Amino acid sequence: MSLLEELYRETIMQHAQKPHNFGPLENPTVRVGGNNPSCGDQIELFLKLDGNVITEAGFTGHGCAISQSSASMMTDLIRGKTLDEALELERKFKAMVVEGQPPAPELGDLSALQGVAKLHARVKCATLAWNALEQAIEEVRSA
Amino acid sequence: MFEPETIKRDFPIFANNPDLVFLDSAASSQKPRSVIDAMTLYYERDHANVHRAAYALSMRATDAYEDARGKVARFLGADTDEIVFVRNATEALNLAAHAWGLNNLHAGDEILLTEMEHHANLVPWQLVAARTGAVIKAVPVTREGRLDLDAFDSLLSERTRIFSLTQMSNVLGTVNPVAELAAAAREKGALTVVDGAQAAPHLPVRVHELNADFYALSGHKMLGPTGAGALWGRREVLKKLPPFLGGGSMIEEVQLERSTYAPPPQRFEAGTPAIAEAIGLGAAADYLMELGMENVWMHDRQLVEYALDELSAVPDLILYGPRGEDRGGVVAFNLGSLHPHDLATALDEHGVAVRTGHHCAQPLHRRLNATASARASFYVYSTKSDVDRLVEALKKAREFFAGWL
Ligand SMILES: Cc1ncc(COP(=O)(O)O)c(C=O)c1O
Repeated sequence: MSLLEELYRETIMQHAQKPHNFGPLENPTVRVGGNNPSCGDQIELFLKLDGNVITEAGFTGHGCAISQSSASMMTDLIRGKTLDEALELERKFKAMVVEGQPPAPELGDLSALQGVAKLHARVKCATLAWNALEQAIEEVRSA
Repeated sequence: MFEPETIKRDFPIFANNPDLVFLDSAASSQKPRSVIDAMTLYYERDHANVHRAAYALSMRATDAYEDARGKVARFLGADTDEIVFVRNATEALNLAAHAWGLNNLHAGDEILLTEMEHHANLVPWQLVAARTGAVIKAVPVTREGRLDLDAFDSLLSERTRIFSLTQMSNVLGTVNPVAELAAAAREKGALTVVDGAQAAPHLPVRVHELNADFYALSGHKMLGPTGAGALWGRREVLKKLPPFLGGGSMIEEVQLERSTYAPPPQRFEAGTPAIAEAIGLGAAADYLMELGMENVWMHDRQLVEYALDELSAVPDLILYGPRGEDRGGVVAFNLGSLHPHDLATALDEHGVAVRTGHHCAQPLHRRLNATASARASFYVYSTKSDVDRLVEALKKAREFFAGWL
């Protein structure tokens, strides 16, 4: 399989074209923006919490297939998770795309993004939504 | 005869990367052997700090540095003492904006820019506007990708104190009618600053014929090293210009509480300059003058016409920028609704290096209704076969992403 085929799997392209949880949430608990200034990719992440648990997650913005699919799958995955669990997922996701470790089973569909690790230039795209998540959690906790 | 295949042999990067199709010269060009050698020779034979010592080695270094200034001056059709060495076009534009703007602009004065500016020619003026109360206006870009000259006429007024524009767009490839616009600005009493980062590498520049007051360039985009660029300033303007940075080399006499400043260009070169880089830039100017800038421009024109013809035949490809004599060797495009990053990754698989993103021109991309684009740019070593490889890779990418466009 070429690097390209490894990266642009069906799962990723489907999420990129019809992202899940796309659109702003009304009355979010927290809302943060993230962008990748080198390429202009932008995301706005919305979370609703019940105590420590993420009950809803949504996002808006624009970017490449990698950043959009990553945000789409991430917002699917973190729904129903506690903040600590979400941070743990972030750590595992980054271990996969930044350090090139094999995908942790909890990452589910996100394992489709493991090819990103081989493409240094695209790591920032894959982590854009996750960095916004980390920032959102920080904001909730410091509020 | 201008033979890009022969010229390519002067650039060691291509021997070391034989399969590379390098189409990102607008971001930074490759370097010929003569530039690399000039810098190495300087370090191996002539290095000492400049302007400060009476020993032979330092004088040799000073001569080499000043000689490079003379080469850049010749390249621009200017006088040697009008050339200020800076790091790059960004620093040159900041110098002009701060040294001139902060001392001459007042609340309500207008700074006229254009919608096709690189961020390097927007943000410095925004900083200066915020501090002086001056107001920024911008000439819009037409659907063809040219400046809207009617809008320019109505935006230019007695309130306009300074007009700053790019001579060539780094996204559209448009070459603006600078001489004509600068003459109109001068008539209203405004100075004109020209961002020559893209134009200087590609076309013959005679600063006085441009009716300009300042001209900024980056050495690394015109075959020189990173870290050396130049600001040309018209002598009468430079003479009255207060310093931007203070320190050694730019003074006449220093008291504890005040100093007097050296004449231009030294007044604007505080601290130890990038000596080897300036010498490299001088060697780059020599290389280009040897090729002849008329020939460089003709090569650019032929290649971009060829590229636009070939690219027009790729289905789903959206091309930006005008067609005509005022179009230089830059081609920005999008493939259907595919994000340019995904496209660039696919092109890279075929060894084709293009840039993607907003190319530091976000307002322009807003006008183009695109958040980003891919961009191929050409230079003296670019060949028709580079264009063919790009077209081939685009067709393959289109097949690969078929169904997702
Ligand atoms: C039109 C234009 N102006 C200014 C710049 C800034 O050049 P530098 O980053 O070398 O300062 C660039 C470089 O991309 C450019 O294309």
